[in-house]
Amino acid sequence: MSTSLPVLTANDFASDQEIRWCPGCGDYSILQQMKKMLPSLGLPLEQIVFVSGIGCSSRFPYYMNTYGMHSIHGRAPAFATGLKITRPELKVFVITGDGDSLSIGGNHFMHLLRRNVNLTLVLFNNRIYGLTKGQYSPTSPEGQVTKSTPLGALDHPLNPIKLALGAEATFIARSIDVHVKHLTETLHRAALHQGTAVVEVYQNCNVFNDGAFNYAQDKTTRADTTIELEHGKPLIFGKNRDKGIRLNGLTPEVVDLSTGKYSHDDLLFHDETADPALVNILARMRHPQFPEPIGVFRSVEQPMYDVQVNQQVESAIANRGAGDLNKLFNSGDTWQVG
Amino acid sequence: MSIDAPQAASKRVQVVSGITVRLVGDSGDGMQLLGTQLTNTSALAGNDVATFPDFPAEIRAPRGTRAGVSGFQVQFASHEVHTPGDTLDTLVAMNPAALVTNLADLRAGGLIIVDEDSFEAKDLKLAALEKNPLDEETLTDKYRLAKVPITKLTRTAVHDLGLSPKEADRCRNFFAMGLVYWLYGRSMDTTMRFIASKFSKLPAVREANERALKAGWAFGETTELLDASYQVEPAKLAPGKYRNIMGNQALAWGLMAAAKLSDKDLFYGTYPITPASDILHELCRFKNFGVRTFQAEDEIAAVCSAIGAAYGGGMGVTCSSGPGIALKAEAMGLAVMLELPLIVIDVQRGGPSTGLPTKTEQADLLQVLYGRNGEAPIPVLAARSPGDCFDTAIEAWRIATRFMLPVVILSDGYIANGSEPWLIPDMNNIEKISIKHPGPRTEADPPFKPYSRDQLLSRPWAIPGTPGLMHRVGGLEKANGSGNVSYDAENHEMMVKLRAEKVANVASILPPQQVMGPKSGQLLVVSWGGTYGACHTAVQQAQSAGMSVAHCHLRHLNPFPANLGEILHSYEKVLVPELNLGQLRMLLRDKYLVNAMGLNKVKGKPFAVSELVSKIKEVCTASGNGRHA
Repeated sequence: MSTSLPVLTANDFASDQEIRWCPGCGDYSILQQMKKMLPSLGLPLEQIVFVSGIGCSSRFPYYMNTYGMHSIHGRAPAFATGLKITRPELKVFVITGDGDSLSIGGNHFMHLLRRNVNLTLVLFNNRIYGLTKGQYSPTSPEGQVTKSTPLGALDHPLNPIKLALGAEATFIARSIDVHVKHLTETLHRAALHQGTAVVEVYQNCNVFNDGAFNYAQDKTTRADTTIELEHGKPLIFGKNRDKGIRLNGLTPEVVDLSTGKYSHDDLLFHDETADPALVNILARMRHPQFPEPIGVFRSVEQPMYDVQVNQQVESAIANRGAGDLNKLFNSGDTWQVG
Repeated sequence: MSIDAPQAASKRVQVVSGITVRLVGDSGDGMQLLGTQLTNTSALAGNDVATFPDFPAEIRAPRGTRAGVSGFQVQFASHEVHTPGDTLDTLVAMNPAALVTNLADLRAGGLIIVDEDSFEAKDLKLAALEKNPLDEETLTDKYRLAKVPITKLTRTAVHDLGLSPKEADRCRNFFAMGLVYWLYGRSMDTTMRFIASKFSKLPAVREANERALKAGWAFGETTELLDASYQVEPAKLAPGKYRNIMGNQALAWGLMAAAKLSDKDLFYGTYPITPASDILHELCRFKNFGVRTFQAEDEIAAVCSAIGAAYGGGMGVTCSSGPGIALKAEAMGLAVMLELPLIVIDVQRGGPSTGLPTKTEQADLLQVLYGRNGEAPIPVLAARSPGDCFDTAIEAWRIATRFMLPVVILSDGYIANGSEPWLIPDMNNIEKISIKHPGPRTEADPPFKPYSRDQLLSRPWAIPGTPGLMHRVGGLEKANGSGNVSYDAENHEMMVKLRAEKVANVASILPPQQVMGPKSGQLLVVSWGGTYGACHTAVQQAQSAGMSVAHCHLRHLNPFPANLGEILHSYEKVLVPELNLGQLRMLLRDKYLVNAMGLNKVKGKPFAVSELVSKIKEVCTASGNGRHA
């Protein structure tokens, strides 16, 4: 890397390719916030790689003026893992969707997280298969009527945050496509995290699942339907910041702060380093019973697989010397003919 | 390799040209270990050797049963050998199941050594035998039988070492080994060293195994059951320094050599599968050679990780057997589209599906050639012997990087686990693999075109981190040159043809195909992969018998060598022996309109030389009759 940091703008990250998402798609906003965030990392374009799977969101790399790979369905984490082991110094983003990451690629998603490869994964969750024109996805709610579920979806949906917790991801966050400030900040924190950072982004598919996240997107209601997690601070929400979340045993409950019965001290304080069991309680808070948490659920430091693989190589060389093939071939039992 | 000479009363040493021995016992009896030791010892004695380990899919199949029999066959000789031998001179059987399931392969007059202590009623029952086969008169009529109380003698040898009866019995294989070593005048040094290092932390076990080995030898020297020992002189191999090498080991070393020759670090992404896993086991030991092994969560992740490594500029390799290759198909197609160098190794086993995991077969040729969606051609190379795996790996990487494409290496269970003497190469004498990554560009330079072409249609390998070369690759069709996504009809057809032509261009850098034997004649035997040894030996025997036959062994299955058509049409008949139902034969008939015949076998076993010789004879005779009719 050059010694002088490049001064880049969002536009420097735009490729010359025409963007082909449907007009009004939430992906545009995510792309824009990503471009706005990237200059803050201080990295030159060539140090960044976007790896994606298949689906609407996975066209993302084509629109970035960085290195990129549009791979195969569900497997982006595997490509990214091989890339990071080979080139740990690169900044790698994995762009994926709910079908890509949680259905066909569920296995790779889980193993990426448990290995804690040092990269940032952005999961565009629109609760629908968009590119194949409207079948239900693993995050579609029960009963949802789609092209492939005319009488309503039967399967219980996956909650990506809970799945990530189960795989002990070291950084887990959620944001919303049109909540631009929050999204930019969340992406920024994720990009700075050392280890696998998962960001679930609520993304509206205005063609096949329009309004799935209206409650969380709508500026007039989102103060009441979402709750911003802030490390070390009590869980407070509401337009007038007059509601909070307290724990009753292991059960969260919404309390009214305006009556004087409860004060901030009664509330649950968010701790990004808390035991996953506690974070799971937050992950289980769903609309409409609860405001849905957005922001960083968990951020802890753990050894990173790609770094460790390379450390093993380095220490093997330090301990045993760089390998010499001629020496290896001639080791052990040999014999001379002629 | 006859040991039929008249037998004298005293202990004699008979010189013979070659011996084929099979060691058989329970899968937990350590037969593979014994076989490896006998192989190494024989190789060190200067013999040419070829081996055939044959074991059940279960790690510990029910003890004493026929299903649990594990065997290791080795031929060692004072002449060149290319196969582990058709018929056995000596069969060492540790139990009744092992004896009865292998007896058919012993030649008349051959020697049987059994552990007579393991022929009790309960042992016979486990082997589903009503009578003790050792009591059958036909056994002693047809063969020479040495009933040795191996268990009792082993227990006696180690009785004061404080081992449990079970531990003591686990030394039985070394007693048998000692006896075999005596029989063939083999030095015990190599095995003594092996025991010392293997059991260095278990002094009592080490001592017990050493004693068992020596006791076996001493028993041979004193027993009246065996009246002669045999000597096999060193073989006249090409001069140089040799070591013994197994196929999977040679593949691993070949990959490491290819990495070194191209100044790359090896990334090996794989998922455990029989019979390929030993390549992983071998490579993961060599981190100080810059090797990064990645045991992925599945076969798909394994190949994808290797492609990711290739995009990053590393030497990406993935490996599996047939079932795993099926799972990798989509990603292999992506590698075709991305035009990135990649090696995919298929160590074939009996199929379809899970098939016969521990048995050999050659039935994945069509899978690796055609088992992908769309027109997705990939060069395919097949190794012919354990040692040849080394050269094949290097050549595969040379092709992959010269042409920017994935390359498949076919091996099989037979050569993967088989071993042979290997003339140790000098890394300084192997041609380097030159790779040039394009350098940085500025805005003043013309825009970078990731899908521009050289004269052989290869594209530049631009790697992340290089300023000014930012580009996106992906599975959608590419516009030639710019590499941008293109749905243009004309471009697509052009790209499909271009990718095919690029693979065809590989033939332009291949050396011409050679044949062993006359340049034209009655019959050409065409083979590929692990059947090389048997076909080579069979053709040599047929030639010695005066038949007009030549042998053409293919390393390159796609593209074929440029002169192959000419060769095929220079013989009246073409015979293609394969351990499948005729896959190469179909390809040859399709491409060259040649009336190729097949000799096909799918029994999980390699060809016996005799099977091939009799087929060659049959074809030549029919052909001869035809001519004179």
